[in-house]
Amino acid sequence: MFQNLSERLGQVLTRLTKRGALSASDVAEAMREVRVALLEADVALPVVKDFIDKVSAEAVGEKVIKSVTPGQMVVKIVHDALVEMLGGTAPAEGVDLAAPIPVAILMVGLQGSGKTTTTAKIANRLMTKNRKKVLLVSLDTYRPAAQEQLAILGRQVAVETLPIVSGQMPIDIAKRGLDEARKGGFDVVMFDTAGRTTVDDEMMAEVAALRDLIKPHEVLLVSDAMIGQDAVATAKAFNDRLAVTGIVLTRVDGDARGGAALSMRAVTGKPIKLIGVGEKVDALDVFDPSRIAGRILGMGDIVSLVERAAETVDKEEAERVALRMMEGQFDFNDMLSQIRQVQKMGDLKGLMGMIPGLSNALKQAKGLNVDDKVVKRQEAMILSMTPKERRNPDLIKASRKQRIATGSGMSVADVNKLLKQHADMSTMMKRIKKMGGPSAMGAMINRMGGLPGLQAPRGPGGPPMFRR
Amino acid sequence: MNESGDGGSSGWFARLKSGLARTSSRLVGGITDLFTKKKLDDATLNGLEELLIGADLGSVTAGRLVQHLARTRVGKDITEAEVREIFAADIAKVLEPVARPLSPDPTKKPFVILMVGVNGAGKTTTIGKLANQFRDHGLNVALAAGDTFRAAAVEQLKVWGGRSGATVFARETGTDAASLAFDALMESRKRGDDVLLVDTAGRLQNKENLMQELQKIVRVLKKLDDTAPHATLLVLDATVGQNAHSQVEVFRSMVGVTGLVMTKLDGTAKGGVVVALAEKFALPVHYVGVGESVEDLRPFSARAFARGLMGLEA
Repeated sequence: MFQNLSERLGQVLTRLTKRGALSASDVAEAMREVRVALLEADVALPVVKDFIDKVSAEAVGEKVIKSVTPGQMVVKIVHDALVEMLGGTAPAEGVDLAAPIPVAILMVGLQGSGKTTTTAKIANRLMTKNRKKVLLVSLDTYRPAAQEQLAILGRQVAVETLPIVSGQMPIDIAKRGLDEARKGGFDVVMFDTAGRTTVDDEMMAEVAALRDLIKPHEVLLVSDAMIGQDAVATAKAFNDRLAVTGIVLTRVDGDARGGAALSMRAVTGKPIKLIGVGEKVDALDVFDPSRIAGRILGMGDIVSLVERAAETVDKEEAERVALRMMEGQFDFNDMLSQIRQVQKMGDLKGLMGMIPGLSNALKQAKGLNVDDKVVKRQEAMILSMTPKERRNPDLIKASRKQRIATGSGMSVADVNKLLKQHADMSTMMKRIKKMGGPSAMGAMINRMGGLPGLQAPRGPGGPPMFRR
Repeated sequence: MNESGDGGSSGWFARLKSGLARTSSRLVGGITDLFTKKKLDDATLNGLEELLIGADLGSVTAGRLVQHLARTRVGKDITEAEVREIFAADIAKVLEPVARPLSPDPTKKPFVILMVGVNGAGKTTTIGKLANQFRDHGLNVALAAGDTFRAAAVEQLKVWGGRSGATVFARETGTDAASLAFDALMESRKRGDDVLLVDTAGRLQNKENLMQELQKIVRVLKKLDDTAPHATLLVLDATVGQNAHSQVEVFRSMVGVTGLVMTKLDGTAKGGVVVALAEKFALPVHYVGVGESVEDLRPFSARAFARGLMGLEA
């Protein structure tokens, strides 16, 4: 998500930053383009208007015109306004459990927005991260097999679901669920509901009645990140009727431009709490406005990257490799270890998008297809080497290359490519050693992340310059 | 089953219109406001453009419609009703070439229809409704439960099979969808079915590996019948915004989508992006979903959709 919007805004704003002085008409011109970029990203019209008015007013102010780098001031203003629109600089919150147990959570939304999958994901998160005992209850008696779907997902994440009694009405299931949650000593009870359109009075009355019975501590509105201008009507209708406490955006791993995230928060004033970022049950992240704003402006999301790394990387192994890197050493065992660490962190494209500056660079290098298979193949080739060869890559000459190629189902040319890549990386390691070890690299990253994006390198070549 | 759907069939139009009414009341209310306040000058035109964008038509299509209006009418006196008529006529003109019903070719036994789309678009439900309608028209229908990923998707399709009396080919969740599709087609052929509807798991179009899986399903179907699938329908949710462009583009280039179905038009969403899609891709729009029941899946009518969108009577 956000990549396209990020690219568009990046182009407009880069032009500004390349300017020395900025006139009011420069800013107005840029804002017209920002407006179109936001609209094409499905940001709701009223939200766009507010945003543009606000940014324009600040951007033509004296502070900007007189500053040494007016373009970068405008970028900062846009960044700050985005953060505010997304929910301000308040820390990301996730699900609120500060209530007497069992804490009830009600999941609502349109058909097909992803309620059932999200319910299971949240339950999984509450269980593994918060150590809570969770009960899942499906109140969807309409869609065929919806209750079974939740039961199956519950089994997958090892969370209990209320036994299905066929023919029972939602309100009776809810009563049974509350009862069971109290008796069974559950910390949290989550109610999944049927998808409904906001104009269906009967269905909206039903969910309101359910809300009155359950008295949930959290009413989470689940919305597809691909939603268009209807985001406003939908968010408003659910919020007016049910007093939503938070929003969960699903399918954020798609290529939607993320307007929904920007609009829903602005329209309801309710925080976006969580985002669904993949098909696996643990693909659920806490929503952090300032990080997302950074991503939108192509500044990357180094914090998420580091966190993801911290969660998945084997620390001892990483330290061992780092130590060797400091000594300027880098053999195929180290490369293999790195490949595996990266694989554990997930999809390469997603990871690269988080690195400041790289998301723009990736876009411009259109031919560069980051493929996880490439990594798999590299792994296969290294695994076809003998331990001796891995320690001492210089050994690998003609017949050994042939053997490695055959062993991994690749060609000699592929093996050569791998050797070249290893040699390049090895050279880089030696250079890092000369610079003074990984601390030099750390300092570099700090510089990029510290000043939100203002110093972040743009992609090679950069977007075509704007001419007046 | 493929009645022309020219808006004359009052049931469907009434439903669509009542669905679109909320949209259009916003849209039309907006237009009324503009005209009680201003003449057709630049500011008014900008306002009109924004209203069309608000209906998900996208900035390009909205801009073009407004420019067309401006070219013919700027400076002249014009009523709000006229503006609506002009927009409706322009939109209908764009949509007419794509409003084409889907008629299974009776010489294909079976006529294979592959359903594709992102998660939650409404593929399984649409298959269920189609199966019912085909059965009502006396066709022998089989369903392949190709969504072997989502929990209980197979069960969901089986329920629809039970309702429609269509045979369901299914295996448990987690099995290979392509091999299931292959076996389903082989079996369906033996039985001499008229139509085989193949369900697939929802997938985001930017997931390269999942899109390749979909290509594999098409590839194995072609091993049995190189003209199959005879129709590949992309199911779009009416709430979708400009991302629909990306969905159509990628699904079309990866698996050769032949037509579109737009679901959930009974909510507040207007699905205006379909106008922009028609201009850009010219893919037929076969059906629209305007409610939960079987008969709420209706052939797409350009005129009814356009007039409904603008809050006009058929």
